[in-house]
Amino acid sequence: MATVEVTGVTKFFGSTQVLKDVYVSIADGEFVVLVGPSGCGKSTLLRMIAGLENITGGTISIGGRVVNTVPPKDRDIAMVFQNYALYPHMTVFDNMAFSLKLANAPQSVMEDEVGRAAKILGLGQLLHRYPRQLSGGQRQRVAMGRAIVRNPQVFLFDEPLSNLDAKLRVQMRAEIKELHERLKVTTVYVTHDQIEAMTMADKIVVMNHGVVEQFGAPLDLYDRPNNLFVAGFIGSPAMNMLEGRIEDGAFRTPDGAAWPLPPNGTGERPAEVIYGIRPEHLRLDPDGIRTTVQVVEPTGSETQVVLRCGETAMLGAFRERVSARHGDVLPVMPDPALVHLFDRQTGRRISA
Amino acid sequence: MQQAGAPARWVPEKREQTWLAWLFDWKPFLIVICLMPAVGLLLVFLTYPLGLGIYLAFTDATIGRSGVWVGLENFIWLAGDPIFWGAVFFSVFYTGVATVLKFALGLWLALLLNNHIPFKSFIRAIILVPWIVPTVLSAIAFWWIYDPQFSIISYVFVDVLGWRDTNIDFVATAWPARWSLIAANVWRGIPFVAISLLAGLQTIPPSLYEAAMLDGATSWQRFRYITVPMIMPILAIVMTFSIIFTFTDFQLVYAITRGGPVNSTHLLATLAFQRGIPAGQLGEGAAIAVSMIPFLVFATLFSYFALARRKWQQGESND
Repeated sequence: MATVEVTGVTKFFGSTQVLKDVYVSIADGEFVVLVGPSGCGKSTLLRMIAGLENITGGTISIGGRVVNTVPPKDRDIAMVFQNYALYPHMTVFDNMAFSLKLANAPQSVMEDEVGRAAKILGLGQLLHRYPRQLSGGQRQRVAMGRAIVRNPQVFLFDEPLSNLDAKLRVQMRAEIKELHERLKVTTVYVTHDQIEAMTMADKIVVMNHGVVEQFGAPLDLYDRPNNLFVAGFIGSPAMNMLEGRIEDGAFRTPDGAAWPLPPNGTGERPAEVIYGIRPEHLRLDPDGIRTTVQVVEPTGSETQVVLRCGETAMLGAFRERVSARHGDVLPVMPDPALVHLFDRQTGRRISA
Repeated sequence: MQQAGAPARWVPEKREQTWLAWLFDWKPFLIVICLMPAVGLLLVFLTYPLGLGIYLAFTDATIGRSGVWVGLENFIWLAGDPIFWGAVFFSVFYTGVATVLKFALGLWLALLLNNHIPFKSFIRAIILVPWIVPTVLSAIAFWWIYDPQFSIISYVFVDVLGWRDTNIDFVATAWPARWSLIAANVWRGIPFVAISLLAGLQTIPPSLYEAAMLDGATSWQRFRYITVPMIMPILAIVMTFSIIFTFTDFQLVYAITRGGPVNSTHLLATLAFQRGIPAGQLGEGAAIAVSMIPFLVFATLFSYFALARRKWQQGESND
């Protein structure tokens, strides 16, 4: 068990800067997810924690020890790779026992340790098989087993579920989460899937272009996104963003529709703002803002409706069954308390 | 909704099937037609010469006389011929030593080239040079390098460095000649081994090395437990080819020493040629050539068993 401190870390590949002054502080036993679009530097950061990439600037410490120059094998970490990186010429047992074998552990210790990990993951029947003979989910489990056998201070996961089909992914998501509950080992998990991030994490680090956009608990990110990027990235379906101005105590889009503002806080509000409202925070209201229905997508549990308000397309997700057809007028009303305002210039949240 | 003047909708033409189309749709005919060129080439250029060679080995044919069937007489005679046994010895020795050296140096070179080094692709291209120049050309170069009087190596050691008083004896006595030929063969064979093994090395996913690194493997252990098992399949193929090419080598030896001095560097191929063509004893030459077949069959079997897909390469089938 250990803390992981990433302090002012930068990374250059040649002259390209992929990480800019990153600070992340991970408490002992926490499950932290690094999430962001492709090329945001999240995998690079993970590989730097693992020691597979060197650190251009700043420090990374694990358990209070600065590990910048410590080789990977001495960092007391274990990593699960995206393609699992199982040794194809070794059986499941040999794969899992490899680190012990390198450490010259006696056969009995290898059997005990591998048996313990295999029991946790339900791999007992597969120990004599080769990776080629396993399904995707089983390989995934072997990769985790190899990590468990090492008894590390920190688990690192690099997009471990992206090679699995949708159903298996949900199942493995729960298994990894449960594994973490059981072992309580500090975990850093990289994914580009915000649902994975939301469902698994104690804390989420949202990254974009090598910068940490926001670091916090999943629901904090959902409820109070710091900026437009986080607002658009977290939540599915994505938040609607309307451009317009604050005039006469309401938000007005260029075509004149007036949207209610959230209750005023202490902060000064600029005139040019972006009005963010999540699809699930729109409700049907006969006195609401008149929008035109484009597409209705019933999913059973809710109905998603693509709406057009003036020139802006937006999405509403309603609990009710909506019987509207293309071209119908549908009046909707946001819950003012759940509206987010962002400065149009800086993209930052305007505190309410 | 079609308006007047708008082009009519295009309809694909329906063609009647001719007897020719029908014939080509008939599978047995198609199979025969497609196989014919390949089978024809094999028969004319491989099976016929091989069959003729084997037949000649059992006759007393000489140049200009077709000869009669003599059974095993050629082989019995060869069994008592010390020059033949010398050639067998040198063929095996030459193949064994050259193969070991080629693979040791070739693997080392491949490992070096697999790293990130400046001008990588240029160096890789340069490496191939010994292999792409015609063998006879490099043989002539080595002939010159090994010349008793004008050898550049002797010149460097005697005249430039002054380390020796006499020229080096490369090809004038039996053992130096043998080692010199092996050196030339290794020089020529390394590129093939290095480039093939490099291709094999590049198929190993880097994440395996990273995983091994996290598992605590030193660089020697990564080589021993990841690299070696992973390139074993390709290594076996390359080694089989290399053994076959080396065992049947002819050009280098014939161009540099012609089997001399005193028949000490004859390979089976050069001896077969010498006896068969310049000496005119076609039957005896053919018998020497045929005696190579057991060795080559052995090499092929080695490949067959070594290449038999390893368990870990197989698919989902049960073990």
